Amino acid sequence: MNDMTSRTALADPVLDVRNLSLEFADRDKVTCALDAVSFSVGEGEIVSLVGESGCGKSVTAMTIMGLLPKHGARVTSGSALLRGRDLLQTSEREMRRIRGDRIGMIFQDPMTSLNPVHTVGMQISETIRKHRRVSRGAAEKRALEMLDLVRIPDAASRLGAYPHELSGGMRQRVMIAMALACDPELLIADEPTTALDVTVQAQVLDLIADLRRDIGMSVILITHDLGVVAGVADRMMVMYAGRIVEQGPTEKLFADPAHGYTAGLMRSLPGVNARMRDELREIPGSVPRLDRKIEGCVFAPRCEFSSETCLASLPQAQERAQGHWTRCIHADAVCEAMSDNDIVRAWA
Amino acid sequence: MSVYDQVSATRGGHGGRISAAAGYLAANPATTICFGVLLLFVLMAVFAPLIAGDPVKIDPAERLTGPSASAYWGRDHLGRDVFARAVYGSRMSLLVGFSVAAIATVFGVAIGIYAGMSRVGGAIAMRLVDAMMAIPAILLAIAFAALMDAGILTVIIAISIPEIPRMVRLVRSVVLGVRQQPYVAAAISIGTGGLPLVWRHILPNTLGPVLVQATYACASAIITSAVLSFLGVGTSPEVPSWGGMMADARSFFRIHPELMVYPGVLLSLLVLVVNVLGDRLSDALDPRKMVRGSV
Repeated sequence: MNDMTSRTALADPVLDVRNLSLEFADRDKVTCALDAVSFSVGEGEIVSLVGESGCGKSVTAMTIMGLLPKHGARVTSGSALLRGRDLLQTSEREMRRIRGDRIGMIFQDPMTSLNPVHTVGMQISETIRKHRRVSRGAAEKRALEMLDLVRIPDAASRLGAYPHELSGGMRQRVMIAMALACDPELLIADEPTTALDVTVQAQVLDLIADLRRDIGMSVILITHDLGVVAGVADRMMVMYAGRIVEQGPTEKLFADPAHGYTAGLMRSLPGVNARMRDELREIPGSVPRLDRKIEGCVFAPRCEFSSETCLASLPQAQERAQGHWTRCIHADAVCEAMSDNDIVRAWA
Repeated sequence: MSVYDQVSATRGGHGGRISAAAGYLAANPATTICFGVLLLFVLMAVFAPLIAGDPVKIDPAERLTGPSASAYWGRDHLGRDVFARAVYGSRMSLLVGFSVAAIATVFGVAIGIYAGMSRVGGAIAMRLVDAMMAIPAILLAIAFAALMDAGILTVIIAISIPEIPRMVRLVRSVVLGVRQQPYVAAAISIGTGGLPLVWRHILPNTLGPVLVQATYACASAIITSAVLSFLGVGTSPEVPSWGGMMADARSFFRIHPELMVYPGVLLSLLVLVVNVLGDRLSDALDPRKMVRGSV
């Protein structure tokens, strides 16, 4: 079995996702959204899931949280163990106790992720009162602490504010405060900075990184932005078409990319020395349809390194360095070809 | 006053939102006027015995006489005081209007939310609603009124029944939209579920459209009750009602058109102010419009 993490298993992971496969069944077709996804998240670690739209990043997060609709989505194999407890086998009743208490989640669009009819103080208090037996006053006090913690200026007067009175960055901080109000062990951040402008992005990422250190939680950071990953993630997992194609420590993957898709992503970033008239490089072709079973490497049809053998069977996961795994039979060729890339040289 | 002052004025917990909405309403003269007119109607209904004389006393000697000190708007074909009947008639209209709005809202919201949240139950509920919508409301009301004993309660129930399906449809469609909102997913992600989710996150976000629909239900119930009285169904003829007054005045329209104009104008005015207030209320309760509107 070529299960990447079973061989690199962390001593005591907070979350251990093993061999997770999931299908969306429609009236006339079955889409395989996740195919044998395995990874683990260690104590106090920021792990990033990277990939383009539709590759299964959010579906992975929603599956862990149990937020996918009951009808339509079907887990066909695998488990998601939170400190050894399989979340996929946990009843909805129990999941309600876990969500918000042991796992917090923040979403992409802070403009619509807060309920417009309640004050932010109430929404943060809701998390606390849901999971802790505390008075209204104590919950409000805690909500105030949380607003301070996420560095909202003049927090006391913001408690009574409605979401529409706050800027996007402020709202995302409120979301973070809501998600962290009960000190969860794990925070799932689903594209937390995509809807924010660049300066605010940096502030929010710094905040998440600092909070990770201060409260000692683990973070799954979902993004399609390699810049975000480079800034804060300890380890990264590159996803493509429902599979994790490469994973390893962030600096390792940037310095030594060993999968055709990772290489493609890095080449499409503008380098430090790029000039205005240089065209951005793109990956030719488009993401494959997932309603047919793909036998070989999912990326092979778009990959410049591909050969006949890539299409024949699923490449075995191979370990290139401590904790750095790839599902690419041409890993050496990729490394070789990428050695003159600006980003790779910057990290190497 | 700057935007920021306005914003801080809207703060302050639960009371803040209501008082801010009230402030928004008061800032608009049309709303104030409509509210004033509605208040006059309510006062008229409550204090009818202090304002007007006996609305049912028949005085054949005085029939169809013009305005006098004892009957400001003259007397009808049975010699009854038209002003007194018009004043007492507002009781019927307001009682039916508000009761129907309340009943349609309570049942419509409960069934509508259930239909929006449950797939199977929702499908069944919606087919029943479709079936009820296929029958013209006025016919349904007449049928119910005919089946039950005459009285104002009968009229209220008869008019409420066709109003409920409209409210159910509206609420369900709003719930289907609200359910998809990211803030509902966010609420679920902090562990909220079941009834608290519906109560705190879904219900409040349906209130705007529901309130507007409730005022429309109120206005349409006032008209329907007038139609029922006009047709002579529901309440007995001696109970003063604007519809009944118009029915009585119909035969004398050529010689005494004012007998029909008085109740007609009152009816139109009441329905108009209720509808305008409904529209304004829906704007006022939308937290996003509050700030924009008050700048």
